[in-house]
Amino acid sequence: MTSALPRQRSNSNARYHLLIVGAGPAGLIAAQTAVRQGARVALIERNLLGGNCLNTGCIPSKTIIRTSRLYRDMRDAEMFGGQVPGGIAVDFPAVMARVRRVRARLAERVSAERLAAMGIDLYFGEARFAGPDSVTVGADVLRFKSALIATGARPVRPPISGIEDAGFLTYENVFDLTECPKRLLVVGGGPTGCELAQAFARLGSRVTLVQDESMFLGQEERDAAQLLSDALTRDGIEIHLDTQTTRVRVQGGDTIVDLVSNGATHTVAVDRILVGVGTVPNVQGLGLETAGVAYDAARGIPVDDFLRTSNRRIFAAGDVCTENKFPHIESVAGQIVTSNALFGGRARLSAQAVPWCTFTDPEIAHVGMYVTEARQKNITMKTFTVLMHEVDRAIADSEEDGFVKLHVREGTAKILGATVVARHAGDLINEISLAMSAGLDLHALARANQPFPTQSQAIKMAADAYVQSRSNPLRTWLRRTRLSW
Amino acid sequence: MRDDELLDCLQRGAFGYFVEQTNSANGLVADTSRAGSPASIAVVGFALASYPAAVDRGWIERDDAAARTLVTLRFFERSAQGAEPDATGYKGFYYHFLDLVSGRRVWQCEVSPIDTGILLAGVLTAAAYFTGTTAVETEIRALARKLYERVDWDWARNGKGTVAQGWKPETGFLHYRWQGYNEAALLYVLGLGSPTHPLPPASYSAWTTTYQWERIYGADVLYAGPLFIHQFSHAWIDFRQIQDPFMREKGSDYFENSRRAVDIQREYARLDPNEYGISGPDCWGFSAGDGPGPLALRVRGRNRRFFEYVARGVPFGPDDGTIAPAAALASLPFAPAFALSAVRHFLDLYPEWRDTWRLPSGFNRTAPGADSRGWICEGHFGLDQGAVVLMIENHRSGLIWKLMRNSLPIRTGLRRAGFTGGWL
Repeated sequence: MTSALPRQRSNSNARYHLLIVGAGPAGLIAAQTAVRQGARVALIERNLLGGNCLNTGCIPSKTIIRTSRLYRDMRDAEMFGGQVPGGIAVDFPAVMARVRRVRARLAERVSAERLAAMGIDLYFGEARFAGPDSVTVGADVLRFKSALIATGARPVRPPISGIEDAGFLTYENVFDLTECPKRLLVVGGGPTGCELAQAFARLGSRVTLVQDESMFLGQEERDAAQLLSDALTRDGIEIHLDTQTTRVRVQGGDTIVDLVSNGATHTVAVDRILVGVGTVPNVQGLGLETAGVAYDAARGIPVDDFLRTSNRRIFAAGDVCTENKFPHIESVAGQIVTSNALFGGRARLSAQAVPWCTFTDPEIAHVGMYVTEARQKNITMKTFTVLMHEVDRAIADSEEDGFVKLHVREGTAKILGATVVARHAGDLINEISLAMSAGLDLHALARANQPFPTQSQAIKMAADAYVQSRSNPLRTWLRRTRLSW
Repeated sequence: MRDDELLDCLQRGAFGYFVEQTNSANGLVADTSRAGSPASIAVVGFALASYPAAVDRGWIERDDAAARTLVTLRFFERSAQGAEPDATGYKGFYYHFLDLVSGRRVWQCEVSPIDTGILLAGVLTAAAYFTGTTAVETEIRALARKLYERVDWDWARNGKGTVAQGWKPETGFLHYRWQGYNEAALLYVLGLGSPTHPLPPASYSAWTTTYQWERIYGADVLYAGPLFIHQFSHAWIDFRQIQDPFMREKGSDYFENSRRAVDIQREYARLDPNEYGISGPDCWGFSAGDGPGPLALRVRGRNRRFFEYVARGVPFGPDDGTIAPAAALASLPFAPAFALSAVRHFLDLYPEWRDTWRLPSGFNRTAPGADSRGWICEGHFGLDQGAVVLMIENHRSGLIWKLMRNSLPIRTGLRRAGFTGGWL
């Protein structure tokens, strides 16, 4: 592939402490961390700096979600004691112009000039391993002591009859739309599908959301998925769970789609189709065989807990991996790789309390272990739940949908995991994530003082519920004795 | 009106549904009282279990009840079992909904293990009650045994850990499985207790894999949102002081768990977080039932979405402000004072229900209806009436529980699931 971007570097037979293929979050963090520590670093990118996250994923979607929330709040003004503004109209080109503006601002932070100024050698083009310790980029041969593969993934092209001819959107091109589809079919009830279905519904699309499983966000807690399902319904989204999208065809100006559930076929007419059914790792054309890196074309590159591949010099992080493929922890992975690759560190991914979040409204955030996972490991777990409608600030904000669930090892105060569903769950989860990383338990969370009123009070209330549940006969006796006069 | 008089009226009113809605030619009972309703095999199960209560209370003669029961059992024994799409059942299971007259499958519905389980619970109740030596009662017991023993419970796993939620001749097994706490306790116990095609004990463990022990509103509970989940298995099985491994670990039992579920329902109603104008802690009963939807409306400045027949639950939803009054009443054995207080509240809101003493599937004070009191479900649903009859009876005399304590399939199934203690 020939990049339209200028090549920043021509350095045949250069030697690097760390060579990174892919300038997404993991690659960028690893490069910046390594170069700060004095390492010689090469960063190879075949397309845009910032990867999917900046250009086609997290950032554009969060930007459009923010605008869509604004429209939702305007329509709900009466609920807040306000007046619904007259003539609410969505200016879709303006929405997308803001997406581009935000993206451009953030792109400047990881511009080629900035990275080069930091001392990172940038190469634009297709990287290919030439051996276990070398990579070619165009005519250059680069040697490395360690390498990181962070090439990410691309959207799955679904095996739906007729969809290629009819055309469809993915996260890669949905932000190129110039007008809001009147009728939008979203295939896939994972984070991407749910986030964008809700955003487009709020921006005026009549959205049909199809999920082939019995609930949204397959890995999340049932109660979180239930609340999300209700929220999507309130936004007017037509939901089809446990439903397969089987056939697409164009008739007149309409795209006709067959949906099959339990043997019954239902047909919908839409203007555009957005597919969010997962990704496939970018492993082809990298010469991984030559480098001695095992991989699976569909599942990606297997890595151990240190993020090492089958070639101990070469690491992998992010969506290109078979395991731990969490795009939201790519920056953590970048730091782990730097430590392990350059300094023989033993940093483990499993030692990290890494939260993640689906940015629907309400947001759904999680950190640590799920209940099912605990039972599979024969860990007895207990959950302390606080509903957001018990929290003063959430009531004041009219943001009562959701909960905080703190999972502890039963009989102890040790936090094993947490799920937060709330309008700002992505922010709330951080307190729990910090507590887990720092080894703090529920006693510590219960002792922590907070400004009042805040929605994070829900976390303290859950911790308080734990403390209150611990009956200590001695303390009870002492309390009664002191009060008995 | 005294509590016992009130309960007598309500129980008899609910039982009247089975008298009115049963096809006497085959014993099938309509799913709802609405015109054109098919039969529901689960409602038939409730009907069969209601007859002993009705006999003991003097509402029908024993011979009449036995005759009704025999007609029903003969129908299921003789009806078409096979893979053809209009059969009555397959592998000993039955289709969820049947034509009320022909007894054949309708609506392309699924062969339903859970509804078959409820049907067979009724069948086994009849066998446990009709222990006389008359030809009729002898035949009832023989048919009951045959119907139970020919069910291929293990087939319903389709080789996996848990039981599938259904099977269709057109598409095979449904994707959904019976996993996690729900009304399927009865299904697993009956499946485990089979002497012919039992579920393996591991299937019960697999069912409990997603259990979550959780403190909500100050109560430690095995959560399930819709109230009926905390009731249907309890209509037959006396879970007081018997414990499976999970409940042993938690120091609780399923009966106590259902009592705590009532606490959660009442607290949610008190809080009324969605501001549906629910009138305090006596207005609870968030459960499966009919609703005013599908409907999207702006009501008093809020965008509201109302659902049709769905399983409503609290506190995690879905909640559209619809209350299932029969569900509150059917909590009687767990929380008698609260259930009675709730039903008196409902009767104050809707005094016309005293005309039949039969509770509708739901009401909603926010959704529009015939008058300012909002939407009220038309007609009556058989499952509601069945749960009311059986749970009031269990509260009053414990009759159904006593009968089923002596039922070998129930005892065997509970033991194979790992239950110990109490009466077991």
